[in-house]
Amino acid sequence: MITKKHTDPFIWLAISCSIIIIAFILFPLLEMVVQPSFADLKEAITDKDVFNAIKLSLYTSLMAALISFIFGTPLAYLLARKDFIGKKLVESIIDLPIMIPHPVVGIAILSIAGKNHWLGQIMSSIGIRLMGSVTGIIVVLTFVGIPFYINSAKAGFEAVPARLEHVSRSLGASVTSSFFRVTFPLAWRSMVVGIIMCTARAVSEFGAVVIVAYHPMIAPVMIYERFTAYGLKYSQPVAVWLIVVCLFLFLLLRVFSIKKKNLI
Amino acid sequence: MIQLKNLNVKLPGFSLQQINISIEQGEFFTLLGPTGAGKSVVLESAIGIIPITNGRVIINNKDVTNLPSEKRGMGIVYQDFALFPHLTVYENITYGLRYHRINGKEPGKNLTFIIKRLSLEHLLKRSIANLSGGEKQRVALARALAVDPSVLLLDEPLSALDPNFREEIREIIKNLHIETGITVLMVTHDFTEAHFLANNTAVINNGKIEQTGSISEVFHHPTTPFVAEFVGMKNIFPATFNKNTAQINNLVIHTNTNSNGSNKHIAIRPENIHISKTKESANKPNLFEGTVSRILNQGFYCDVAIKTKGIKFASIVPTNVIMNLKLTPNQKINMWFDPDNVHAF
Repeated sequence: MITKKHTDPFIWLAISCSIIIIAFILFPLLEMVVQPSFADLKEAITDKDVFNAIKLSLYTSLMAALISFIFGTPLAYLLARKDFIGKKLVESIIDLPIMIPHPVVGIAILSIAGKNHWLGQIMSSIGIRLMGSVTGIIVVLTFVGIPFYINSAKAGFEAVPARLEHVSRSLGASVTSSFFRVTFPLAWRSMVVGIIMCTARAVSEFGAVVIVAYHPMIAPVMIYERFTAYGLKYSQPVAVWLIVVCLFLFLLLRVFSIKKKNLI
Repeated sequence: MIQLKNLNVKLPGFSLQQINISIEQGEFFTLLGPTGAGKSVVLESAIGIIPITNGRVIINNKDVTNLPSEKRGMGIVYQDFALFPHLTVYENITYGLRYHRINGKEPGKNLTFIIKRLSLEHLLKRSIANLSGGEKQRVALARALAVDPSVLLLDEPLSALDPNFREEIREIIKNLHIETGITVLMVTHDFTEAHFLANNTAVINNGKIEQTGSISEVFHHPTTPFVAEFVGMKNIFPATFNKNTAQINNLVIHTNTNSNGSNKHIAIRPENIHISKTKESANKPNLFEGTVSRILNQGFYCDVAIKTKGIKFASIVPTNVIMNLKLTPNQKINMWFDPDNVHAF
């Protein structure tokens, strides 16, 4: 006798919710991708302004990720390994850029970069200008992207047992040597994931950048400008190209986040 | 040699207090204690992983208290092996050699001996992930010994192993100690391991050393109720002493210890309490009539609880004796023990 397999109503509810959410994310994006014709897409990417905007978006985002990597790695390591008074506060401060509305980030950065602020005056005296510059864009993107890198790298360091470093030191290795010979090789995957997350977050930033540097134009600003000036049809092809870039980054993220089994 | 002098460590919710341990050159010393007693904290503070609040760590007459771990010349082997998972067996074993170069050359003279002695030749190219527990612990031992440390610290190296591997590694550790003459400080909660491997021991409880001495001395003459219980003396009672007798409530027990007034407890090992149904041994000094209150079959032997004059004694009796006596709970029985086996402390 064949018995019918009973599926719990909760599973059906979970499946239904999953389908709704995936449709909610995919449907508008797919619509936007399929609406422009191939000719529109070709025209967009051959437009020097569009190409330069996407190139600048990628360049500034990767620079932001590089800065996050250089300055964020020691901080992530400290947070993963050391307990100290105010650690929770430091962690909350790192997460602040995720929570603050993006235009506020732009205004905050401008407020210290202006000529009325001592830091702005120092930067000005050594030739650093944030308003309307690539440097300004990189600063903004680093601000919004660095929490993603630090949190990912920290999780990677936490997954490496401190005991391995202790053994390394008992064998004669210094703290630095133990980091580069043990911790780094075991945590690099999480660091790469963090770099990709940070880059992806930076690529998608609009609100803060538009306050600090409308020009030179990054892709999200260009999409906004084309939408307000010419309408939906002209902004869509640029948006499609930006989605392709983001999709590529997230595919990379997924590939790198597949952990090797039994590594630790 | 290694000396831990008045070592104090303060951690959240736990502290080590006045730890004093002195281990001679080439000695195998065990630090015994239950889980949470602070054994591993002693090891990790000795090697410099956990900062000490005060006290001194001295190795070969050199004060290393303020030196970082890598300068102390101590090797450590953990119960979970702590092997580097991204390196092969050979890379693990040779990891520390580059830090111990003499005239630019890595000290490899012991390497071949260690690899051969630990039967690792066929595993050298293997990844750590595919090794058995016993193999992993052999690699961990080889890695620690390869850099020729002054002192080898072993943190429960047998605990995580299956029983068959445990015996093998125990044998290997003992032989390696004899062959290399290295000073070893091992922490364990297993008195049998300590008995097999070490000459001297210290028993730690709640961050304090309860007793230090030779294995035999600690086993036969525990000085605190905790140590007595830890070494298997189950019948531990507070007692009032009068010359060579000890009184527990209405029960007078003969001892061969002439109490000097400092003794406050007696302890008797359960295997030293004998039982009989007949009165044939009526002339024995510590012979009491009691009632069997519980029999717990443990396979080859039984745990028997006997109640006499309101006091409960625990005895270990071979199962065949129980069967021959046809012993059941609530039966009247005679129990006795030799005054020599009554330990006063």
